[in-house]
Amino acid sequence: MTAHGYFSTYALVGLVLLVGGGFVSVAFAANRLLRPHAPNVEKLMTYECGVDPVGEGWAQTHIRYYIYAYLYVIFAVDAIFLFPWATVFADPGFGTTTLVEMFVFVGFLAVGLLYAWRKGVLTWT
Amino acid sequence: MTAGLAAATVAAADLSGRGGPGFLSPTGAEVAFVLIGLVVLGSALLVVTTSQIVHAALWLVVTLGGLAAEYLLLTAEFIAWVQVLIYIGAVVVLLLFGLMLTRAPIGRSTELDSLKRWPAVLVAVGATATLLTVVVDAFHSAYLDLGKTDDGSARVTGESLFRVWVLPFEVLSVLLLAALIGAIVLSRGRADADGKGR
Amino acid sequence: MNPANYLYLAALLFTVGAAGVLLRRNAIVVFMCVELMLNATNLAFVTFARMHGNYDGQVIAFFTMVVAAAEVVVGLSIIIAIFRSRRTASVDDANLMKW
Repeated sequence: MTAHGYFSTYALVGLVLLVGGGFVSVAFAANRLLRPHAPNVEKLMTYECGVDPVGEGWAQTHIRYYIYAYLYVIFAVDAIFLFPWATVFADPGFGTTTLVEMFVFVGFLAVGLLYAWRKGVLTWT
Repeated sequence: MTAGLAAATVAAADLSGRGGPGFLSPTGAEVAFVLIGLVVLGSALLVVTTSQIVHAALWLVVTLGGLAAEYLLLTAEFIAWVQVLIYIGAVVVLLLFGLMLTRAPIGRSTELDSLKRWPAVLVAVGATATLLTVVVDAFHSAYLDLGKTDDGSARVTGESLFRVWVLPFEVLSVLLLAALIGAIVLSRGRADADGKGR
Repeated sequence: MNPANYLYLAALLFTVGAAGVLLRRNAIVVFMCVELMLNATNLAFVTFARMHGNYDGQVIAFFTMVVAAAEVVVGLSIIIAIFRSRRTASVDDANLMKW
């Protein structure tokens, strides 16, 4: 790929991002300019099913959400490796060896998943 | 900033004068580097100095996204998108979960900074001086031809990965397995014992 | 352009991260600063890869990201384990091993 091709392609991506950001900010700015603005304490209170809210909105989450979060991270990393692998494994010079290497990689992580399953991490208590 | 503006005007003149095939010329890439670099540095400083802990995580997203853009400018396409997927998509989410689990104070808090500032300043100044001296000394005459791209696509990375770096790749799977099991043991260990939570 | 510009950015980012590690007290923010330092080294690696037209630097940056993800998983688990026993996420309060 030539330099101009590469950079102008991504310049287009950047331009789309700028236009998108500009669209949202113009919409919100217009909204802010046009709407009436008269807040009071009642209006600024958090809406909670019609009754007055109790406590604060920032509660401590349970550890089980964290377990799913790190399972996601580990397997996101695993999935990232599939992209370069999938583009090359059919090329000449790679073939079966590369296929086996990937299955060894996925196999190790499958052991981890098996461990998580046996420990009962995956069940939603 | 003035340097960036000057470069921008130069780039604009260059663009209007040439009207070449792409509308982001190599000079445009340099301007983009300067602007994104300023964003990266500014948001990194905010990560380190903000008094609202959740904002630190959100400024970290800006820093990492800016770095992804810098990788794109270095034609490391694959690395840039891996950065977006792993760092912004996964690691920052995990950090936010960590903040919520440890009851991080929302809003401003004064207890975020350590009282021992002088060692930090000393280390910062020392590290900057050392690193900048080394970089200036080693690379003052280096030149990067922006017109020539050898893009680091997924194919190129894959070829390098599965031809040269196979053993580190397999070792990484063991590392990930160890991390997974370690995290399960650490987070399950007392979960059954104290068994409370909401 | 001179690739040293990218290296200056990496050096400054590393410095900001290092100062943050020493300055901040919340363990998770310390983690964020460590991530900044790792990213600075990644930027340097990718710059070197571009300078020499050699993709090994990019592969190493890729590996660094993967290792950083694993490190965050385990590190945050440790921080949460400390939080569960000591009710604090401050690095100054984890002083059981202090002599």
